[in-house]
Order: sequence, then structure tokens, then C-alpha cells
Amino acid sequence: MLTILFDGIAYGMLLFVLACGLSITLGLMNFINLAHGAFAMAGGYCSVILVNRLGVPFALGLPLAFLITAALGGLFERTLYVHVYARSHLDQVLFTIGLVFMSVAAVDYVMGSSQQFVLIPEALRGQFIVFGVGMSKYRLLIILICGLLTVGLQLMIAKTRFGSRLRAAVDDQRVARGLGINVGAVFTLTFAFGSGLAGLGGALGAEILGLDPTFPLKFLIYFLIVVTVGGTSSITGPFLASILLGIADVAGKYYVPKLGAFVIYTIMILVLIWRPQGLFARSAAR
Amino acid sequence: MAPLADDVSAYLARRARWSPLEIAFWVFVFATIWLFPGKYLIMKDTAILALFALSLDLILGYAGIISLGQAAFFGLAGYFSGLVAQYGVINEPVIALICAGLAAAALGFVTSFLVLRGSDLTRLMVTLGVSLMLGELANRFSNITGGADGMQGISVGPALGLFRFDIYGHNGYIYCLVVLFICFFIARRIVYSPFGLSLRSVKGNSLRASAIGIPVNRRLVAIYTVSAGFAGIAGGLLTQTTAFCSLDVFSLDRSADLLLVLIIGGTGYLYGGLIGAVIYKFLQDWLASLTPQYWQFWIGLVLVVIVLIGRERVEEWTAALRASISRLGGRFMTRPAAAGGAAPDGR
Repeated sequence: MLTILFDGIAYGMLLFVLACGLSITLGLMNFINLAHGAFAMAGGYCSVILVNRLGVPFALGLPLAFLITAALGGLFERTLYVHVYARSHLDQVLFTIGLVFMSVAAVDYVMGSSQQFVLIPEALRGQFIVFGVGMSKYRLLIILICGLLTVGLQLMIAKTRFGSRLRAAVDDQRVARGLGINVGAVFTLTFAFGSGLAGLGGALGAEILGLDPTFPLKFLIYFLIVVTVGGTSSITGPFLASILLGIADVAGKYYVPKLGAFVIYTIMILVLIWRPQGLFARSAAR
Repeated sequence: MAPLADDVSAYLARRARWSPLEIAFWVFVFATIWLFPGKYLIMKDTAILALFALSLDLILGYAGIISLGQAAFFGLAGYFSGLVAQYGVINEPVIALICAGLAAAALGFVTSFLVLRGSDLTRLMVTLGVSLMLGELANRFSNITGGADGMQGISVGPALGLFRFDIYGHNGYIYCLVVLFICFFIARRIVYSPFGLSLRSVKGNSLRASAIGIPVNRRLVAIYTVSAGFAGIAGGLLTQTTAFCSLDVFSLDRSADLLLVLIIGGTGYLYGGLIGAVIYKFLQDWLASLTPQYWQFWIGLVLVVIVLIGRERVEEWTAALRASISRLGGRFMTRPAAAGGAAPDGR
């Protein structure tokens, strides 16, 4: 029972790191980026190449995966995404689904369609037994890293100058522009950072989630659930939503394995009927 | 006021008249039965895809609802018609098809209330979620649906008790074409009716539409239900003519491809789905023969390029093309097509 809770929390933390970039971009530019999972996949494959093929230590591979994906995200944002912000939602959906298709086929071409695993160091395998509850070391590491990241993110958004600019831009873009905030630059930075986080999540999660070329399509729905259920106006909403989703998914798969993902889809639809703006959204809809 | 009402009804009647070009289009479509006898299978798939795209066009092009969940209705009706044939409940395919369409429409009616709420993103999620949920359900009840292996060897009786589906797909193709034409005819009647016009006004500005007395939500529910029914008929056709149904009918790829079909063909004039389906199938067939494994890459590229160029611009080009074709068509026809073409509609 507690093991399930523990695994669920680890899974949820991972989902949060994967999806929080998406929730910020959605809240900031009202942009539906279905290709977010492609960046997570890029991070996962980066770490596979770095760690397995080039022999980079695992601890160094993670930050590298973050940096490479962030650079990739920034590049894509400047060259491609900027043209699509002002378009209708339909255009955005089409555009990003096109990117997903391209990334799936391109990764399949380069890396092959088989599932990939990152070699994790010996020290992280196995599990601790605490009060009779088995806790895998790797999952503990995930909770640790993701927890630190969450706290860091929250502090950054709440305390720093950049954070207040970001919040201002999310709240009202036009007024923020009027006050002299360079919303475009804020957005590029945020997009790159969010992509980097997704990449880091992909690298960390390759072990748990499994990594193959269909990753962006398989987890797209999870990211979107986190974002729609959590709302896009804060960090805490998506965070709570991903923890809930993680626990519900792990518990659902453990107790009613035959129903599969049915449980979480049902929960999502019920939540959306009850509160179309998300569980934790502020009541004022923009 | 009476002359004005007469004017309006005369204008509407003129707009709804079949132009020579449309008639030529359908004559050509039915002529393909004799023109390309070796290509029945791909042409049949194209006809089904065209009907499916038509169903999406009804809600996207005329009511402005973005949906990633048309596959839910497609799949539900696919399984429905497979099951009734498997267990011998309804052996006659035409009746089974109508029932499948009705079942899908019922699902559409129920889920339409979910679609009314929330923004574009919520709509996307709800429609996608419904189709994924049905997919999981079909997977769960594998003792009935065959699970991941799909339902195989569904034996379908002869259509109307007369025409048996042969392995060359000849009768199957004709069957699909006839169904496509009937559905298209109904859809055409719907969009040229006052009801269809009210939908357009809802799409244009739903606040204003409700201000002039159009019950916006009821209109959206109605068109969503109809569209679900059409999608269901397309799904039923696929199961009946291939004698196979698998979990693939619920997949996200299917709904995403459908959007692409409609974008290639253009939305909001009904033929977009048909033309888009032909182009898409042709493109897919050609790409798949070039790079069997990676054709998805090029499909994705087409999507990205279309959006970057600008969907409106692509539609402008196709509209210009259409206009020049219809001018050509008008010149060759004895009856001038211009009678309804360039009517001053006061906009």
C-alpha cells in the first residue's frame, strides 16, 4: 500500500517535471503545444546516447540532457514557433501534431524503433527497506531531484525579478508589454527552460516510463491531463494534479489492472465537467 | 416585408442549386467504378475516409468545434457493426449500417454536452479523452471485442440481400460510394438549409448569434450529433467492407490524420473532405512506396508547411483554382453557371 503511494508520488513528480514547461507556455502565450513530449523524448535519447554510447557518467548526463534540450527548445521557438503564436488554436494543433509526427519518424530513422534504456549506475539500483516499505533507490532519487526542482521553480517564480516578469506576462500580456517587459524574450527563455525540464524528465524517466519513438504520442495525453486538470495559472496546480495523476495511475494499474488507463481518463472527464477551467484554477477565467 | 422574404428564399434556393461542376464531379466519382477496376481497395478506403472527413467538416467547418475525438464515433460504430454481424443480430448490412450510425449519433448526443463547456483546449481534451476511454473499454472487454488482436473474420451478409461483398472489392466499393453520396446529399441539404446558415452565424460570432435569437447550444448539440452519426456510418462501412475491426479505430493518429485531410481539402464547403481524402490517400500511397517506414515524417512536414504558409493562403489558392475551374465548366456547359455564382448577396 505504502509502496504504491511511494511509486505513485515518484511517478507524479516525474510527470510534473515533464509537463510544467507545457503549462507555463500554455498559460503565457495561450499556445497549445502538443509537441512538448517530443522535447522530453529528445532529452531521453540525449542521455541514452551520452551515457550508453559515449560513456559519460550518469550524473553528468542529466544536466547535459537538460542543456541540450533547452538549446533545442530555444532554437525551435525562435525559428518556428514564433510564427504560430498569433494563429488560431486549430493552426497550433495542426502545426504541433505535424512536429510530433516528424519527430517520431525521425527518431525511428536514427535510433531504430526498439525500446531504449539508460544504463543507471550500480549504486542507484536496488531498494531500501524502511519500516517494511520497499523504496527503490532510483525512485527516491527521482523524488529528490524533482522535489528540489519544484521548490527551486517556486522560489524562482515567487522571488526573482525574472519570476515577477513572467507572472506579469502571464496575468496580462498587453499591460506587461506596456510596462516595458520584453514579453517575447521572457517567453523564449521560459520555453527553452520548459523544454529543458521536459528533456531532464525524459532522461530521468526513461527507466520508468520506457523510451521509444512513440513516446510523444503515448504521453501526450498525460501531459495534457496535468495541464487541463491543474490549470495554467500557477505552478502548484499542475504539481498537485500530477501527483494525483501519478498516484491514481499507479494505484489503478495495481488494483484494477484490467481497466488500464480507463480510471484516469474517467477522472479527467469528470473533473473537466465539474470545473472546465481546471481544479486549481483561479475562478476568474480570462 | 413579403418581397424581402421572397428575395431571401429565392437567394437560398439559388445557392442550394447543384452546379454543373458538382454534377460533373459526382459523374466522375461514379465513373471510377469502370475507369480503374484494379484499384478498388484503395478507392474504397478513400471513399470511407472522405465520408469520415465530411463528418468532421460539418462540425469544424460549419460550427467551428475543434475535435480530436471523431475516432470515438468511428470506432464505436465499427465495433457495433462488427458485433451485430458476428452474433447474427442484424445480418443485412444496410440496416446494420443505419443502426451503427444511430448508435454513434446517440454517443455524439450524450458527449455533445461535454463539448459545449470550456475553451478549445478543454474541448480537445474531452473529445480525445472520450475516444481513448472507448479504446480502453474495447481493450478491456477482449472476450467480446478480441482485444488487441481485433475482431477477425466478420461475415457480412449480402447488401439488400442481393449484392455479396466479393474479394476484389467491386461491390464493396460501389456500396461505399452509394453510401457516401447519400450522406453527402443529406449533409448538403443540412448546410444549405436555414439551420445550416444559423450554424455559420454561430461560428462567426456566437454572442451575436444568440442575440438575434439563435439557440446556440441547441444548434451545436444538433450538428455534433449529426456529425457523430456520419462518422459512425464511415466506421461501420470500414468494418463491413474489410470484415475486420481492431483497436486501431480509436487511435489518436486517426483523428489527427483526419484533421490533415480536411486541411488539405479546405474546410467549410463540403467538398474539402472528399478532395482532401483523395489527395491524402494518393500522397500516403506514394510516400509509403518511397519510404515504407517513415512516411509519417513527410505527412508531418506537410502539416507544418501548410500552417507556416498559412491555411488561409492555401485556401485562397484552392478557391482561386475552384473559381477558374467553375468558370471553365460554365463556359462548356450550355446552361450558364453564373446564374447563381456571382449573386450579389449583400455581404
